[in-house]
Amino acid sequence: MAYSEKVIDHYENPRNVGSFDKGDDSVGTGMVGAPACGDVMKLQIKVNKDGVIEDARFKTYGCGSAIASSSLVTEWVKGKKLDEAAGIKNTQIAAELSLPPVKIHCSILAEDAIKAAVEDYKKKHK
Amino acid sequence: MKFPIYLDYSATTPVDPRVAQKMIPFLTEHFGNPASRSHAFGWKAEEAVEEAREHVAALVRCDAKELVWTSGATESINLALKGAAEFYKTKGKHLVTVKTEHKATLDSMRELERRGFEVTYLDVQPNGLIDLNQLESSLRKDTILVSVMFVNNEIGVIQDIPAIGEMCRKRGILFHVDAAQATGKCDIDLQALKADLMSFSAHKTYGPKGVGALFVRRKPRVRLEAQMHGGGHERGFRSGTLASHQIVGMGEAYRLAKLEMAAERESVRAMRDKLLAGMQQMEEVFVNGDLAQRVPHNLNLSFNFVEGESLIMAVKDIAVSSGSACTSASLEPSYVLRALGRSDELAHSSIRFTLGRFTTQEEVEYAVNHLKTKVAKLRDLSPLWEMHKEGIDLSTVQWAAH
Repeated sequence: MAYSEKVIDHYENPRNVGSFDKGDDSVGTGMVGAPACGDVMKLQIKVNKDGVIEDARFKTYGCGSAIASSSLVTEWVKGKKLDEAAGIKNTQIAAELSLPPVKIHCSILAEDAIKAAVEDYKKKHK
Repeated sequence: MKFPIYLDYSATTPVDPRVAQKMIPFLTEHFGNPASRSHAFGWKAEEAVEEAREHVAALVRCDAKELVWTSGATESINLALKGAAEFYKTKGKHLVTVKTEHKATLDSMRELERRGFEVTYLDVQPNGLIDLNQLESSLRKDTILVSVMFVNNEIGVIQDIPAIGEMCRKRGILFHVDAAQATGKCDIDLQALKADLMSFSAHKTYGPKGVGALFVRRKPRVRLEAQMHGGGHERGFRSGTLASHQIVGMGEAYRLAKLEMAAERESVRAMRDKLLAGMQQMEEVFVNGDLAQRVPHNLNLSFNFVEGESLIMAVKDIAVSSGSACTSASLEPSYVLRALGRSDELAHSSIRFTLGRFTTQEEVEYAVNHLKTKVAKLRDLSPLWEMHKEGIDLSTVQWAAH
C-alpha cells in the first residue's frame, strides 16, 4: 500500500509521543479501539485553568495511518478550547493525511480518541 | 549488501540464473510448438518438454508420464480437486481439507460446496499440525477426497503426509497434496507416499512464474474430469499449447533442487537458527507453528504489542510479509494464525521471514538488528506495551470493538 508523504512524515517522526499521569487533575485520557481490530489509541490532553488544551500526548498500537492520525491530532488540539477540540471531524483528519478509503477508520478512531479525552477531563471536573 | 533484503522466499523466489540461461533459447531459437509433429522445430521443443518432465519426476520420484503441466500450483489444485470431485461424484459427495490450507484449496472447496459437495474443514492443533485422530474420525463412507498441504505457506509446518496417505489408501479415498512449498525443501518420494494427486509450482523453487505441474497417479489409476478443454494436450487432462520455455525452466529448477537441496537445507537452517536466536533476545517474541516439524526456510514470529502492518512499514530495509501475500491487502489478521488459536493481538503482530538460496549471514545479521531497533521504537509508541509494562493483563481489559 502506498502511503501519502504526510502519513510517512508523521509515522517516521511522530509528534508528542508519551504519557501524562492519568491521575493528574489537569489531564484527560481517552483510550479507544481494540487489539482485536488491530488498533488502539491513547490520547491525553493537559488542560489549563481557562479550559484551553496546553499540551497533548499519544500512544498508538496500529498501522501507519493510525499512528499518523493520532500524531496529527495531538498537534491540532493544542491551543484549542475543549469544545473546539471535540469538534474536530474525522473527515478533516482524513483529508489532511490523504487517507485511502480502507484507512478512514483510523481517522474515525482519532476523532473518537479526542472526544473520549475531553469527556474524561470533564468528568473529573463536574 | 543490496537493499531491501529479500526475506520473502515463500512468496516467490528469484529465477536461478542457471535456470534463466537454460530458458532463453526456447524463447528465441527453439521456439517451436511442442505439439507440431511435422517439423524439427516441434520435435526440438517436444524433446525439451519431455526432458523437463523427467527432471520434475526425478525430484519427486514418480513416473514422468504421471505429470501434467499446468500454469502453476493454483491451477494444479483446481484441476485436482474439481477434476476428481466431478469424476468420482457418483461414489460420494464428501470432501475433507484443513482450515490452514492455501486459498487455492479453500476457494476450490467452496466452489465444490456450491456444486453440491459437502466439505469438512479440519481444525489444527496450536502447533499448526493436524490431529490424525480427528482426521480419521472425519472420514465417512461417502468421503471421496482428502486434500492436505505438505508444507504450510505461512508457518512452514510439515504435515504427516505418509500417515495421512496410509489412512486414505486403506479406505479407498483419494488423497491430494499441495506441495507448492515443499519442493526443494523436503524429500518427496511418490513411490513410497500414498498420495494420488500432488500439486507443484516452479516459482517457489527458483523457476519461473506461470508454470506448475500436477501429479496424477497411474497405479492405482486416478481419473479426472478435465477443467480446460481444447486441443487435448497432456492426454486430455489439460488442453492448451505448452509453454515450452517455462517448462524448460521448471525442469532445470527442479534438477538443481535435487542436486543442491540437502546442502542448501543445512545452510538455511543455520541462518534460520541465527535469525531466531537474535530475535529471541527481545521480550515477548513468539514463534508461530511447530519449530521441529517445519522447513528451516520459514520463521513466522509474533512481536507482541506491535501491530504487523506498522512493523512492515518500519522495516523497510527488509522485504517480508505479514500473513500470506495473497491476503495481505486485507485488514484481517491471518486466518492461519487464527486457526492456531493465536490471540488477536498476536495474530495482528506477525511477520513471516522466509529464507532461501541467496540469503547470506550478513543479511540475517542486518535483519536482526533492524528488527530490534524498529520493534523498540514501535513499542515505545504502543499503549499496549505500556499497559503490559504496568503489569496489566490485557486479556482482562474490556475493549470497545469498532
